[in-house]
Amino acid sequence: MEKKKYKKIQEEDVLGKQIDYLLLKRLLSFAKPYIFSISVATFLTILISVLSAVRPRLTPIAIDDKIANNDIPGLQIIIIILIGTLFIQAGVQYLNAYLTSWIGQKIVFDLRKKLYSHVMNLNLKYFDNTPIGRIVTRVTNDIDVLYEVFSSGLVAVFGDIFTIIWILYFMFTLDVSLALVTMSVLPLLIYATSVFRKKARDSYRKIRVLVAKMNSFIQEHITGISVVQLFVKEKDTIKDFEKINRAHTEQNKRGIRYYAIFFPVVEFIGALSIALVIWYGGGQVVQRSISVGVLISFIQYIEMFFRPIRDLAEKYNILQTAMASSERIFELLDKKSDIVDSKSPVIIKEFKGNIEFKNVSFAYNENEYVLRNVSFKINEGERVAFVGATGAGKSTIINLLCRFYDVIDGEITIDGINIKKIRQEDLRRNIAVVLQDVFLFSGDIRYNINLGENTISDNKILEAISSIGLDKFINSLPDNISHRIYERGTTLSTGQKQLISFARALAFDPKILVLDEATSSVDTETELLIQKAILKLISGRTSIIIAHRLSTIQSCDKIIVIHKGQIRETGTHQELLEKEGLYYRLYQLQYKSVI
Amino acid sequence: MRDLKPLLSYLKVYRKKLYLGFLFILLSITCQSIYPMIIGSAIDDISKNDFRYSLLSYISMGLGLVIIGGIFLFFTRQTIIVVSREIENDLRNKFFSTLQFLPKSFFDKFSTGDIMARANNDINNVRNLLGPGIMYSVQTFFRTVIIFSILVSIDFKITVIALIPLLFITLFVYKVMKVTYKRSLLVQEAFSNMSTKAQENFSGIRVVKSYVREKFEINEFTKIAGDYQKKSLSLARIQSYSFPMMFLFTGLSIILVIYFGGLGVINNTFSIGNIAEFVVYLNQLTWPMIALGWVTNLVQRAIPSMKRLTDIMEWKSDTLNCDGLNKTNIDIEGNIEFKNVFFKYPDTDNYVLKDINLFIPKGSSLGIIGFTGSGKTTLINLITRLYEVSEGEILLDGKNIKDFSRYELRKAIGMVPQESFLFSDTIGNNIAYSSESIDEDLLIKSSAIAGLQKDIEDFPEKFFTKIGERGITLSGGQKQRTSLARAVYKNPKILILDDSLSSVDTVTEKEILKNLSEFMKNRTTIIVSHRTATIMDCDKIIVIDDGKIVEQGTHNELCEQKGIYYRLYMKQIIEQELKEI
Repeated sequence: MEKKKYKKIQEEDVLGKQIDYLLLKRLLSFAKPYIFSISVATFLTILISVLSAVRPRLTPIAIDDKIANNDIPGLQIIIIILIGTLFIQAGVQYLNAYLTSWIGQKIVFDLRKKLYSHVMNLNLKYFDNTPIGRIVTRVTNDIDVLYEVFSSGLVAVFGDIFTIIWILYFMFTLDVSLALVTMSVLPLLIYATSVFRKKARDSYRKIRVLVAKMNSFIQEHITGISVVQLFVKEKDTIKDFEKINRAHTEQNKRGIRYYAIFFPVVEFIGALSIALVIWYGGGQVVQRSISVGVLISFIQYIEMFFRPIRDLAEKYNILQTAMASSERIFELLDKKSDIVDSKSPVIIKEFKGNIEFKNVSFAYNENEYVLRNVSFKINEGERVAFVGATGAGKSTIINLLCRFYDVIDGEITIDGINIKKIRQEDLRRNIAVVLQDVFLFSGDIRYNINLGENTISDNKILEAISSIGLDKFINSLPDNISHRIYERGTTLSTGQKQLISFARALAFDPKILVLDEATSSVDTETELLIQKAILKLISGRTSIIIAHRLSTIQSCDKIIVIHKGQIRETGTHQELLEKEGLYYRLYQLQYKSVI
Repeated sequence: MRDLKPLLSYLKVYRKKLYLGFLFILLSITCQSIYPMIIGSAIDDISKNDFRYSLLSYISMGLGLVIIGGIFLFFTRQTIIVVSREIENDLRNKFFSTLQFLPKSFFDKFSTGDIMARANNDINNVRNLLGPGIMYSVQTFFRTVIIFSILVSIDFKITVIALIPLLFITLFVYKVMKVTYKRSLLVQEAFSNMSTKAQENFSGIRVVKSYVREKFEINEFTKIAGDYQKKSLSLARIQSYSFPMMFLFTGLSIILVIYFGGLGVINNTFSIGNIAEFVVYLNQLTWPMIALGWVTNLVQRAIPSMKRLTDIMEWKSDTLNCDGLNKTNIDIEGNIEFKNVFFKYPDTDNYVLKDINLFIPKGSSLGIIGFTGSGKTTLINLITRLYEVSEGEILLDGKNIKDFSRYELRKAIGMVPQESFLFSDTIGNNIAYSSESIDEDLLIKSSAIAGLQKDIEDFPEKFFTKIGERGITLSGGQKQRTSLARAVYKNPKILILDDSLSSVDTVTEKEILKNLSEFMKNRTTIIVSHRTATIMDCDKIIVIDDGKIVEQGTHNELCEQKGIYYRLYMKQIIEQELKEI
């Protein structure tokens, strides 16, 4: 087992390296709709680098021509031009910064929308087999990581390159030899930066690992706090924690050292460059081959020149981080749904409600069959109860009928049509499923009943509520059906939640009703309400019920007993009781009240 | 600001190192401040073609200063930032050790996520204030003082003119940071709305799909994602201001110096070299001005964070002090008595245990059965003092359990909780959790009693096999048996099994119970279960319903009573039959 897992990781790594380019290309394809905005932003970036090179160019003119020649009006003109370019440059910088964020946000939004629609249309198998937290991370954090690629990454790279080119151009036009002197420290800077980045990245990685270790230690010991306390291990645990915490701190201190060295080194390289310029340029000034103004503007250029070079290295890092996220995102986008609509579906808007299972077999995992050769027929308007011990296969029948999963053998028909031929949308629109654990959304009661379906009016909702017998409760709420329910309805009782889910099914008025009765006990008053509501719910439609209540069973036309994935007995309540077989025992177990 | 006061005691520990750090800052800034003077005089000399020193000595002086300044800068970080990391370490240790002694009611109230957020984000916010915060404020202070006095010594009027735009930077950064912080909170909120929506839709996917609401829900999510986008853009708008504005103010400052300095040169009150010096100094002042605004923001962030940390670190762990932790083991025989015990959870009104009277003599076994939520687990948690009784008292060997130290009490009890929590460590370390070193014989013996020896033989590295996230995954039954072995290894006077064999199959369960009955001679055993088969051989069985003891006696006595116990027993017989069909 272990070795297999290890191999898989290795394979992924190798694959990752190979497809990097393709991945980037695919990622960039999402920028296509914004090609115009990106061009504008790129233009603005170039404009900025042009403008930023202008000012140092004007400085020597101010100093050498105007100040040295006591030309005050000339100086004033230059100053006005300087202020003008400064303001224009600031304005353009602002526009550009905002525009690039806008582009990034737009692309990320598109990508997120696309991914979310894709995920929501995946079949249930995916959701059953993937931790919810992981899917949430894909559509939230992973996508957010890409924002930087499109905002500060894409356009800024162009900008940095242009800035470098422009400054080079200005430097070389001012004085070729001084420009070459300035650039002579460049290899040193690049070397220092790359060494630092590598060290910093390694150290950062190690810190991340230690942080993760520390967090899982804290998490584990909060979750298991009772065990710690019951075994009187508080002090030992603290000692262990202190060790991990110490390792984390020491690694951080190592990281501090890298920074503590890097910053002075960069400063030194800058100073070195200035020193070289003064040394060489000073001689030139003395020999009258260049002016003092040129010397001063070179000192200004040096700072402007180094910044974009350091930035470019930064951008490379951003891209690297984004790769991992985009790989995960595209992997999910490429996941295909196993259950797809037929290419030439039979369009039926409304079912009559005749259901038939013909020799249906099914397994969630290969060769572990949960249903074997199951056949039954339910006629329009009939009410059928499924009875069986836990794990007998009752819920699987619901999953198959709604086509959350596809049968492995046999077929399921509704009104004589194989459900694979019916569009999933039509199929599910005609079937309302009421599940055992009621799922409520955060939102008001109205939303929890009509699920945002506008065609279900307030009147219809109120009608459903009163048929279910929930009106008394709803009327007692301050905002009636506009009353907000928080986080899965924690403020409601189990019974109330169930009744709301009944009202939901009733409001949708389906041809076929599937009810998985909840086993949890409620008080007598609510129990009576629920019993009445169920009768209301199943009247006049084909109903399939996984029953736990005697009253429900007795109101059914037929009972099907499932045991270990097979149908074992069929008949009415009385018939089956008289048989004294499986049903008789199940009846004693599940329906005869204990107290 | 008062909320930051607890930090003083942490800072005090490192005060020598901090003062040293301040000294390094002063020295490095002095070096950095002299450097432009050298450049200035060099350029002056060049422009006048009148050299006081040779160019080479100017350059070596300049570079020498940068190197010395750099070394001091290195030591600044090595002192101040290192201290902030040390304090972070201390804070986190304190935070974690406080947690270890907090009562269960605390953990009922605070979610793990909340505690984790405090251990991470809040400690981080405080550290940022202590490290970069202190470093930059001190740097800014020294640098401003030094540069200001140098500039004033060159020319007072031009200094004032040049500094006006820089003051705006501080003001501006402060304002922008404030708005940025507010908007980023909004962005965070929008982001969490988005996660919540996704989480909800994915968890409720069955409902969404059954009612064909995919399109609608995608639309809803898109709206929320759109809101997130809007909030992010509003944040981007303010952030986009920052750089251009700072750029504008510094640029203005330099242009003003060129103009007024230029006028000064024309009037012979200023030199061209002075202009160069001013430009370099102003550039040096820009960053500290930005930092000042930034530090104010760090303070704003650290205050609520420190408060959130103090809230927990000063939590009243009333009865849960660790005084008794080091006391030696005293002899406990294991007679347990409940006298009129009532219990309700803190901050609730309903009693979950009502008037419990019960005597469990040493060396005997007690079985407890009842429905979910009837109060079985609560009753057991009172014996270990995970919760304290509300009324009445529990006696151990005739002495109120409150008079024992937690150490004495819990040393004597081996508890197998309902949810078998194991640490991600080796299986051997998990079983021998109660002791510091592993006694191999005891390890083998305990795992044999818990029916675990065969499983362990099958594990790749036997007792050294890691379990949990990075190791093998145990089945529910294996977990429960490991948890039992852990309690047995402790060699307790009292053993409590809280429904802890529920995932173990009946055959293995029988075997384990047989092993246990041998081991439990002369020890008191309490077994909670929802299966009658598990407890039918106990010396005494009680049935709990709605917080009260409603039936008690031996298996045979209870069967004759034909009450709840009898019906549960009959049901389980049928269940067994069904399985065999």
